[in-house]
This record gives sequence, structure tokens and C-alpha cells, in this order.
Amino acid sequence: MKKPQYKIRVTKCVAHLFLLSLTVITYYQAIIGTDLTGQYINDPVKFVIHFSGMTGLQVLLLTLLISPLAQKFKQAWLMQTRRMFGLYVAFFACLHVFSFWLFELNFQVDLFIEELVKRPYIWLGMLALTLLLALSVTSINKIRAKMGPNWQKLHNWVYLVLVLVWVHFYWSVKATPTETLIYLAIVISLLAIRHKKLLKGLKALKRNEKIS
Amino acid sequence: MLIKKTSTSDISENEVTPENIYKDRRKIIKSLGFLGAGALLSGQSQQAHAISWFKDKDEEKSALKALKYQADEPFTEALTPEAKITSHNNFYEFGTRKTDPKQYEGMLTVNPWQLNVDGLCANPFKLNYEDLFSKYPLQERIYRMRCVEAWSMVIPWVGIPLADVIKQAQPNGQAKFVAFETLYRPEEMPGQKSRFAGGGIQYPYVEGLRIDEAMNPLTLLAVGLYGKELPTQNGAPIRLVVPWKYGFKSIKSITRIKLVNQKPPTTWNLSAPQEYGFYANVNPKVDHPRWSQAQERRLGSGGLFSQNYIPTLPFNGYGEQVAHMYKDMDLAKFY
Ligand code: HEM
Repeated sequence: MKKPQYKIRVTKCVAHLFLLSLTVITYYQAIIGTDLTGQYINDPVKFVIHFSGMTGLQVLLLTLLISPLAQKFKQAWLMQTRRMFGLYVAFFACLHVFSFWLFELNFQVDLFIEELVKRPYIWLGMLALTLLLALSVTSINKIRAKMGPNWQKLHNWVYLVLVLVWVHFYWSVKATPTETLIYLAIVISLLAIRHKKLLKGLKALKRNEKIS
Repeated sequence: MLIKKTSTSDISENEVTPENIYKDRRKIIKSLGFLGAGALLSGQSQQAHAISWFKDKDEEKSALKALKYQADEPFTEALTPEAKITSHNNFYEFGTRKTDPKQYEGMLTVNPWQLNVDGLCANPFKLNYEDLFSKYPLQERIYRMRCVEAWSMVIPWVGIPLADVIKQAQPNGQAKFVAFETLYRPEEMPGQKSRFAGGGIQYPYVEGLRIDEAMNPLTLLAVGLYGKELPTQNGAPIRLVVPWKYGFKSIKSITRIKLVNQKPPTTWNLSAPQEYGFYANVNPKVDHPRWSQAQERRLGSGGLFSQNYIPTLPFNGYGEQVAHMYKDMDLAKFY
């Protein structure tokens, strides 16, 4: 048996290498306008918005799969890789919004603000991004220690992020591609695994509302 | 930020150049290989992007027969490369991703074909596959194509004015609209076979025009592009092209054209009536509920930093030829 510390390091290293090289290769292809075999990337702008959005969503799903996996297979060390994945979700979300602003809207500030204000599916994305940034900032150890039990309360909002991102995704496409339904199934499974915790949380929320 | 504006002084490599000359030139540039790649890396040369790195897409397959046609006047805007036009398609019958339809190239049986022209007319008739290419003189028409998703292309179509076909049918006074229908053949169209593969819209795909729109000289029944017959993914063997309307009006692989007296149902309008209207005229002032229509990106050969952002024009720039048909209409209401 290798020490957990070693496993954590290898896992993190592989994840960094994989996610960063994937990002670099994707943006490189979009910038030159052809893929590595010389075929056109037909719409380089949609290509990067799609890549960053989908990778953000996928890494989010992965992040939320870690604790069930760690429990099921008794691999407590996995939990220590979760922060890194969570931060990657925020990274891809930022890249996504930045790509939208820079490449779809040609960096026009007025157009960007107009889109943020006008489009309900973007409100959901914005709310998700805001929550993700809050979670990222509070993942700094010092802040986390200061927050005490409030930290867990805040970080439970990640389940809302999950739902928001899926709806944002579903809303952004025309018609209903199969993909959206596959992701829905995964989202529901991830929530179902935690149904007890989530129901308890919802009840607590309601109680708080009554009190206040 | 590089903003590339198209103007007459900035014309791409393949701009209205006969294909053989265009290919010869590409071969010469390709034989300069190293130099071309250098220019590409330095990002200075737009045309270098049109030269692929490792293989030449246009030379790969050419089972599509070449057509004889009357060439169009030179166009002032750069043509979208053929490889893009034939691999970036919304044709949900073959899957919802834009790259899906190309996977089915050559897999739709187009010969034999039957196109029925009927309805409220004195002379209903049928056209078979050969008729599509031989019954009417073919003309090239270089048109802008504006997708409702805010990207656009410039495409050299080859086809027949729809008006010629409709006149032959001799519509009677009751014919106020024209209804179109796409082939329904689930065995060959996976999107029709499975609700999931087809994105959940209704099949067969149907479209419609008002009779005056159908008779407008711009309205084309295309049977080819870039001088050759249409590949499957672009709507073989015959499709509609209505350049002042969003792309979804230009129904593909048509089997029926019917003259009717009421506004016919149209597929995207049935699917999401608040997003897609019957008229679907390109209009920068009427947003799609989920995105702005004020601007479009012209898909050319460039990468991320050489995108061509252009303001969208009313009627996609064809106002002179078509605006009169809508002069008493509130276009925000009849979108
Ligand atoms: C201010 C925040 C956001 C903005 C302005 C925004 C913008 C957009 C836009 C414009 C699209 C549509 C792309 C298209 O035209 O096809 C889109 C799709 C998408 N977004 Fe966002 N988004 C935001 C936040 C997020 C976040 C936080 C995530 C999650 C990581 C996310 C994930 C996705 C996904 C998965 C898609 C579908 C991608 C596709 O089908 O191509 N978005 N977003």
C-alpha cells in the first residue's frame, strides 16, 4: 500500500496535466482555426464557449462524485482532491464567460451588459458563477477556519449551482438534444444519493424562514 | 482585439475564382508548404488559414457530379470555404450537432427522387432526380445565409428560381401560400427514427412561404453549391434558399411543394412559437428571446482572433428586393 499523501499528489498532478493541456490544445486549435489534422474548426467561437461550459459542468459532476466514491470504496484520501476539482469548475466557468464576452461579443462592454440583463438563461449562469466564486474564495484555509460551521452551510449551495448550471445548459440549446437528458440523469442521481441530507437542509431552510 | 471587416479590397483566396484555378493556386501555395505554415503561425495571412496543414479537404472526395450553369456576377463579400459549408449544418434529420450531418454524406438515396408540385393549381406535376438538373436552366446565385443562431456564411448556390416551378404549375386564384415538406424516411434519417437523435422536433420538417415571397426572383430551389450537386448534409437533391430569411426557412431535401390557401404550419414555429415565427425575416431589431440578432459572425477561414463581426442588416441586406412585400406589416409582431 502506498501512502495516501502520495496518491493525493499523483491524482492532483494527473488532473492538472490533463485539464490544462486539454484547455491549451482546445484554445490553440480555435486560435489557428483548424484542428490538429488540418480540418476547419467551423465556428471557433462556439467551439470554445462550448468547451469551457461543458468541461465546467463535467468537472462539477466529478467534484460531486468524489465524496460518494470515497465513502463507498473507503478511500478517505480522495476527499483531499476535491478542492482542486471545485476550483477548476470556477476556472472553467470564468473562462466560459470570458470567451463569451471576448469572442462572441467582441469585447463590447455595452453588449455584454445588455446580454446579462436581458437573458433569463444567463441570469442563471451568472448566479451560478457568483456562487462558484464565493465557494472558491472561502476555500482558502484561513477563511475556512474562521467560518466554522458556516463554511459547510455555505458550501451546501453547490447543489443549487448544479441545478442552475443544468437549467442554464438546457435553456441555451435549441430543441432537446439527447446530451441534455443524459446530464439530467446524472444530476438527478447525484442529488438522489444525498436525498436525506438535502431534505434535511431544505427543512432547516424553511424553519429559518418561519422564525425570521 | 482584431476586428476584421470585409470590404471589396479584402477578398479571400477562393472569392469567385473558378474552382480549377483556385485549386491550382492552392497547390502552388501548398508546395511552398513551409512558408505557408510560417505565415499561418505568425497569424499574418488570412489565406494561409484556408490551406490546411496536412491534407487538402477539397481534393479528398468528389463523387458529386459537376453541374452546368450560368455563373452569377462576382460578389463583393468573401465566400465561405466549401469545407465549412459542407460540415457545419443544422439538419436535425441527421443529428442535432452541426458536425453530425456530414457523417451521413452520400448515405441518403437521392436517385430515384420524386418532387411533387401540386395543390391549388391547374397543372400539378412531378419532377424526378434527372428533371431537377435538366428541366430548367440552372443559375448560380451567390447569397448571404444568416442563421437564426447569429452566424452567417456566403454561399455560391446553383439552382432554379422557385417562381419558374410555380408558374409551370399554374396556381389558381385561391393559392395564397406555398407549403414545403422534407423527405420522411426514418430508415435513412436517424433523427426521424428516434426522438432523441432528432432533438424532439416534429417530422417530416415542414416550411411555408406566402405566394408573393415564393414568386420573388431571389427565392431559389438549389440543387447544387460550389458548382457541384448538393451533398446530403446541405439538403440533397433539392432545397429551398430564401436569403432574406433565417436559415431554418430554407427547408432541405424537399419532396413536396403544395399550393394552399392558408398559412401552412412550419416546424420551428410548432416547436417554439414564441421564438420562431412564420415570417422569420432577418431583422436586427427583433431579438431572439435568448440572444441578440443585432450582430452576426461571418464564418470564414479565420480563427478566434480573426472573427468577422458584422452588423446584421434588415432582410439580410436584400431589403431593396423584398422590403416592399412587408411595407404595411409590423415586423416586430410578425417575426
Ligand atoms: C455570467 C455567467 C454566464 C454566461 C454569460 C454564460 C453564457 C453562456 C452562453 C452565451 C451560452 C450559449 C452558447 C451557445 O450559444 O450555444 C452558454 C452555454 C452553456 N453554459 Fe454558460 N454562461 C454563464 C455561466 C455558466 C456557468 C457558471 C456554467 C457552468 C460551469 C456554464 C455552463 C454552460 C454550459 C454547459 C453551456 C452549454 C454549452 C453548449 O451547449 O455549447 N455557464 N453559456
